[in-house]
Amino acid sequence: MKLSEELPLIAKDPYGYAEKLKAEKKIVGTLCSYTPEEIIIAAGAHPFRLFGSGQKSRLADAHLQSYCCSLARGVLEDALSERLDFLEGIVFAHTCDTMQRLSDICRINRGGVFHLDLILPAKLNTESARRYFRDVLQTFREDLGAKLGVEIADNDLRKAISAMNRIRKAFTRIYELINENPSIINGEELYILNRAAMMMDKARLADLVEGTVVQLSSGSREAPDAGAPPPKRIFLEGGVCNYPDIYNIIEEAGGAVAGDDLCTGFRYFNGLVDEDNPDPLMAIADRYLKRIVCPAKHAGIADRGERLVEMVLEKRAQGVIFFFLKFCDPHAFDYPYLQQVLEKAGIPSLMVEVDDPLQAGGQLQTRIEAFIEMI
Amino acid sequence: MAEKDEGKERRKIKAAAKMKEIMTSYYIDAKTAGQTGKKVAWITSGGPVEPLIAMDIIPVYPENHGAMIGASKMGVDLCRKAEEMGYSSDLCSYARSDIGCAPVNGGPIGGLPKPDMLVCCNNICGTVLKWYEVQARYFNIPLFILDTPFTHVGFSAEAKKYVKRQILEYIEFLENATAKKFNYDRMREVGKLSLEGQRLWQAVLDTAVNRPSPLSAFDAFFHLALIVTLRGTRQTVDYYKILLEEMQERVAQQIGAVADEQYRLLWDNLPIWYRMKWLSEKFASAGACLVADTYTTAWCGSMKYIKEDDFIDTMAEGYSRIYLNIGVDQMAEQVIAMAEKYNVDGIVMHSNRSCKPYSFGQYDIQRIVGEKMGIPTLMIEADMVDERNFSESQVETRIEAFIEVLQGKK
Ligand code: SF4
Ligand code: SF4
Repeated sequence: MKLSEELPLIAKDPYGYAEKLKAEKKIVGTLCSYTPEEIIIAAGAHPFRLFGSGQKSRLADAHLQSYCCSLARGVLEDALSERLDFLEGIVFAHTCDTMQRLSDICRINRGGVFHLDLILPAKLNTESARRYFRDVLQTFREDLGAKLGVEIADNDLRKAISAMNRIRKAFTRIYELINENPSIINGEELYILNRAAMMMDKARLADLVEGTVVQLSSGSREAPDAGAPPPKRIFLEGGVCNYPDIYNIIEEAGGAVAGDDLCTGFRYFNGLVDEDNPDPLMAIADRYLKRIVCPAKHAGIADRGERLVEMVLEKRAQGVIFFFLKFCDPHAFDYPYLQQVLEKAGIPSLMVEVDDPLQAGGQLQTRIEAFIEMI
Repeated sequence: MAEKDEGKERRKIKAAAKMKEIMTSYYIDAKTAGQTGKKVAWITSGGPVEPLIAMDIIPVYPENHGAMIGASKMGVDLCRKAEEMGYSSDLCSYARSDIGCAPVNGGPIGGLPKPDMLVCCNNICGTVLKWYEVQARYFNIPLFILDTPFTHVGFSAEAKKYVKRQILEYIEFLENATAKKFNYDRMREVGKLSLEGQRLWQAVLDTAVNRPSPLSAFDAFFHLALIVTLRGTRQTVDYYKILLEEMQERVAQQIGAVADEQYRLLWDNLPIWYRMKWLSEKFASAGACLVADTYTTAWCGSMKYIKEDDFIDTMAEGYSRIYLNIGVDQMAEQVIAMAEKYNVDGIVMHSNRSCKPYSFGQYDIQRIVGEKMGIPTLMIEADMVDERNFSESQVETRIEAFIEVLQGKK
């Protein structure tokens, strides 16, 4: 399997890519998979996910204490330096306490770009929350249109929805193929594909991933070593993964990623927007309500555990690795419960927490190796 | 020596004994609810308690419990228990100590009474949402979430509609949980008492505008318990009347909370429960009185949105626009307003590892206040319950340096 050369370039130098794309489209920064990208696309702009470039924090430390996650700190650092000057604006979807304050701090300290808050409901399992979700999207559509000087018509929304659905379908297919044979693509390639997907032009992306599906289905990958034991199937669970090495470590230890529920992984592609719904905004909201929830949202007290076990069984994973960023409260709160649910289902798991992705290394490798050996 | 003791005796707040009595009997009631057939609801500190009072459900506050655990220095042990259960040591220490406490019935009062239901309002943080999910699974009881969308710059029309709708859902939830009809007449009374209690509490806090201030933030942290836990009851109203009278009396007699008030300071963030005495003595010995704080006013800050004769309909807005559910710039404005009102010389900020929504943004508030008012800020790194995050020598050095700055400004 050979990824198109564009992808690793984007994953490696997203800001360089954005600088070029800026000539064609207005770029709107997003921070979370709860940002309805369809609305941004319908406005003729480009949604670009921000992760922070991992540069050493110089400016952000004057605004955020030491006990803040590296994602929020990294994004703030880039926002305060000139690195994000290609942006037209930033959209903050409300999730956790840290993100909520990051929005304030950015709004107060960073001029020159528009700032929109998207105050989504925290619970996603009631009818009134559903209605509110839709209302918020409507306001967002108006506000964003005003900032970009366009009117977003239903038809534009429908087109954007079907463009995003195309991408989601292709990714779902890729994950199915990986489930059939995890060695079909190596982890680093999957990381690059996911990563680039959140930043690159969506029309181009749709073509590329559909091409990837064709390639993968035709089984062009060299057959694995006949004598080698099959890799152990690992499921990744957690938040934002800014740490591509984890895939290599898993593979070198004799594992292969069979599936994931990461903020920066499958959760982003999960579920389709109903293209037949006459109300496109309701359809967008409904996808979020049905999708696997992020721990900063509520969909019942047992929902995440049940769905995790379901996914792990479906992927026939032999073990789960929880991958967390230090100081990420929503994920840390759910961990003991999810670990127990897995234990009850007889699925072993390991938790790794990374503070600064740049510094993660040796110890992580040893733990992951030991875990994979054990399962 | 004798004279010194006399002064100390004079400065003691007499109403405190009464307050202890009320809290003790409240906890006894709650703990014996099983025998008296009353239902118990655990509720978050910023949650709408009035409907519970109107339904004769006993409200219990895990956060108040967390404060008691902290004050009795039992926090580290219980936090460790939670960590053994797999909870990260970076999580809110109220949540950790409560979660660690539940299975062992630990803490100063042998654990909280078992809840029949949980009411979680996320107007203070997203942490409570996760924490209450944990407890809902542990106790296997119904959970109601009142979702109050964050108000960075304002309260949107759609948010208002959403929260109003949820107030009705809340009432329905309580009707189901108790198999009783909601009594709207009773609710009107409770609403009135709630507002009256809030007004009186604000009036108590307002006496601190006097020089010397008759009470300090440390006193406010203590007397706060009733407006949090028993808001909407006659008892609370009566108690704050007594307390207010005492404060007015102290003002008339020029009795200050601190023996020789030289500097007036404003406290920001939750108290450091396990070091209250130490901190208050440290400041007092330098003639510094913490005359006000952003924490205890949070329980009456949104009164302006609530209409007395229409409590149910207006509480949605009141509960959504409390201090912690607003943007950092609005918080800075309120800090400035308070600093002006109470005429303070400086600000003491507790950068609280446990409480991210309260602490992130403090550096900006510090800067904004410094620019607009030119007053200095002392930043104390700590945690409200988990003593492992407190370095006495470091804090001591910082306080001393800060007092020197204040001296230099006089
Ligand atoms: S969800 Fe976790 S990683 Fe994301 S901003 Fe919040 S604390 Fe940071
Ligand atoms: S201390 Fe902060 S994080 Fe903890 S429950 Fe209170 S408001 Fe939430």
